[in-house]
Amino acid sequence: MTDMVLLGDEAVAVGAVHAGLTAAYAYPGTPSTEILEYLVRYQKKHGGPHAAWCANEKTAYEEALGVSFAGRRAMTSMKHVGLNVAADPFMNSAIVSINGGLVVVVADDPGMHSSQNEQDTRYYADFARIVCLEPANQQEAYDMTREAFDLSERFKIPVLIRLVTRLAHSRAAVRVRDARPQNPVRKPPVASSWILLPANARRQWHDLLGRQPQFVEWSESGEFNRLRLNEERRNLGVITTGIARNYYVESLDELGYQPSHLHIGAYPVPVELVRRLLGHVSRVLVLEEGYPFVERMLRGIVAPDIEVLGKESGAVPPDGELTPDIVRRAMGLRDRRGQEIPGLSLPNRPPQLCTGCPHADSFDAVKQAIAGFESAVVTSDIGCYTLGALPPYSAVESCVCMGASVGMAKGASEAGLKPALAMIGDSTFLHSGVAPLMDAVAANTDMTLLILDNETTAMTGGQPTILPPSRIGKLVLGLGVDPAHCHVITAHHRHTEGNRKLIRKEVEYPGLSVIIAVRECVETLKTKKKAS
Amino acid sequence: MKYDIILAGVGGQGVLSVSAIIASSAMKEGLYVKQSEVHGMSQRGGAVLANLRLADAPIASDLIPLGSAALILSMEPLESLRYLAYLSPEGALVTSTNPVVNIPDYPDLEGLLGHVRTLPQSRLVDGENLARAAGSARATNMVMVGAASHRLPVKVETLEHYIQTTFAAKGEKVVETNLRAFRAGREAAA
Ligand SMILES: Cc1ncc(C[n+]2csc(CCOP(=O)(O)OP(=O)(O)O)c2C)c(N)n1
Ligand code: SF4
Repeated sequence: MTDMVLLGDEAVAVGAVHAGLTAAYAYPGTPSTEILEYLVRYQKKHGGPHAAWCANEKTAYEEALGVSFAGRRAMTSMKHVGLNVAADPFMNSAIVSINGGLVVVVADDPGMHSSQNEQDTRYYADFARIVCLEPANQQEAYDMTREAFDLSERFKIPVLIRLVTRLAHSRAAVRVRDARPQNPVRKPPVASSWILLPANARRQWHDLLGRQPQFVEWSESGEFNRLRLNEERRNLGVITTGIARNYYVESLDELGYQPSHLHIGAYPVPVELVRRLLGHVSRVLVLEEGYPFVERMLRGIVAPDIEVLGKESGAVPPDGELTPDIVRRAMGLRDRRGQEIPGLSLPNRPPQLCTGCPHADSFDAVKQAIAGFESAVVTSDIGCYTLGALPPYSAVESCVCMGASVGMAKGASEAGLKPALAMIGDSTFLHSGVAPLMDAVAANTDMTLLILDNETTAMTGGQPTILPPSRIGKLVLGLGVDPAHCHVITAHHRHTEGNRKLIRKEVEYPGLSVIIAVRECVETLKTKKKAS
Repeated sequence: MKYDIILAGVGGQGVLSVSAIIASSAMKEGLYVKQSEVHGMSQRGGAVLANLRLADAPIASDLIPLGSAALILSMEPLESLRYLAYLSPEGALVTSTNPVVNIPDYPDLEGLLGHVRTLPQSRLVDGENLARAAGSARATNMVMVGAASHRLPVKVETLEHYIQTTFAAKGEKVVETNLRAFRAGREAAA
């Protein structure tokens, strides 16, 4: 046994390697990115396991699924909204009989530090009727990842690991154990269990439902869910899940006694343990990061006969992330005060584009090109360039989900907003912008697509894009975009005047145009120079 | 023993290196450490905050509760004042006086420094000039580690050791510059 100092994300990566991982696949997304980044570095140094960035979360998931089919252990990791993209393979892979262990790591972002929403992945695990593990610290992130592979093979289901930002991006010492060897190649013993024709699918689904009591029994007797009853005091019970336990323990001394406590680190919810706790106390406080997932189960539709405190009672705020101070207050402890300078108010310092960023020059050209149009619309997408929504640019009007700018521009144009211009990053385009562009080609929609090709996935730290920049033009032409209305320009202020004219001409053209604005991100350029 | 540190600055100022050097030093000396970082969107020239917790017993929360930090160590004066609610009544604030002006409504600098001086325990250090004298303005963050070193529950030699290992890959000259910066900061805040 040795100690390593690891981010929560890295603890998952090391846990997977030690569990005999054969391959890992991912698309970047805060706060999950460091998992595959660690594995890519590890592969470079040690020659394996295989670690690869993919076009999007769906392709990553399916590649991992193929490894599992071959009987070997696979992992895919993503941010919470990534699972929306991979929802199709996720839901359906729950029904096949998983062969090699398949672990799906999803990092939620309560508080939306770097995300469009704060959806809670535990609902997905419940939706697919599979097992979910929720580590509370870096050590558990390591231990649970190892365990997840074993569980996946034992129960023949994908196993989900739910992380949250504060664990993913916090470092602590982790005690690691010896590595297990990789599985040999071995096809699924029952071929039909992977062919989800209705007749097979019905049988597989029925079988998965039939195994639910087994999952619950495991969760009730396992080491990750622990119930401790206080025989003397019955006034309060506490349920914590995941990292909420840390905030609870932080202030527990000040409470002066130890309430009865159930910690949940593994789902399905350990029903019997919950019943025992609720039968023992007159009030229960539920502390969980994300949605009131456990709390809502307790409340049900028929009110339970004890008082339930949590996000729905107002004891804990309904949105945002937990903090030690929110939890203190919910525990009935007085607020702690720090220092203060009366009357001091400070301006915010929002993130901004780097000096010299190519996107800034694209925004300038676009703003000038569409000046004067009454009902122009500029849709956009997710990446560094989303900062174009803020002053001084205020150049774009939407940011919803990866790839949405393209389809939305098509819809807006068809509804009568013209000219319609979509701005999308190269990585986002390859992730989810190609299919809607195909729709626009098929309809020859009156719209202009501007692909901001900075030759990297900058927002998440400069991972490579799945195709080299020189191939994007060929891809666009291959989809059938008219070569007369497909252009490559240089996103540099020296060219702003020429770019403005070209964009103006293309937005005035009553059909589909695609303009690819190329210049490398100055950050990746710097990193490359340093490395060489 | 518990020692909570709020590390503040602007994206690109090397807050995470400061955090890593103090964390490694504390671990080397047998302390428990939790080090919470900000990655992603906010690193792009925005406000950056790291929570560093040191203790002689296991630490539960990755986040520092309000009113419990022993130290705010900031690379930038405006950022130094953003997290006062986390500073314990006995806590100290150590900040560089050099502003990063990348927002249109940046407050009057003398006013900001005046606010810092009203705090019970505060220390202003001209990090950038000291770093430049040591060989590179980029070493401002190491000046600030030096300035805070009197208050940190770790030995100076251990900090110097991890400054060496952190910059070793960049060559002897960079190591020397950063060590000089560290010592200059330490002296300035003596
Ligand atoms: C489904 C989904 N996956 C991942 C992310 C995280 N994410 C946001 S933007 C982005 C990449 C942006 O790269 P690119 O489009 O090239 O723009 P750049 O940041 O380089 O300007 C990623 C990975 C997300 N928000 N949603
Ligand atoms: S990281 Fe690159 S793409 Fe992002 S703002 Fe900086 S220069 Fe622009």
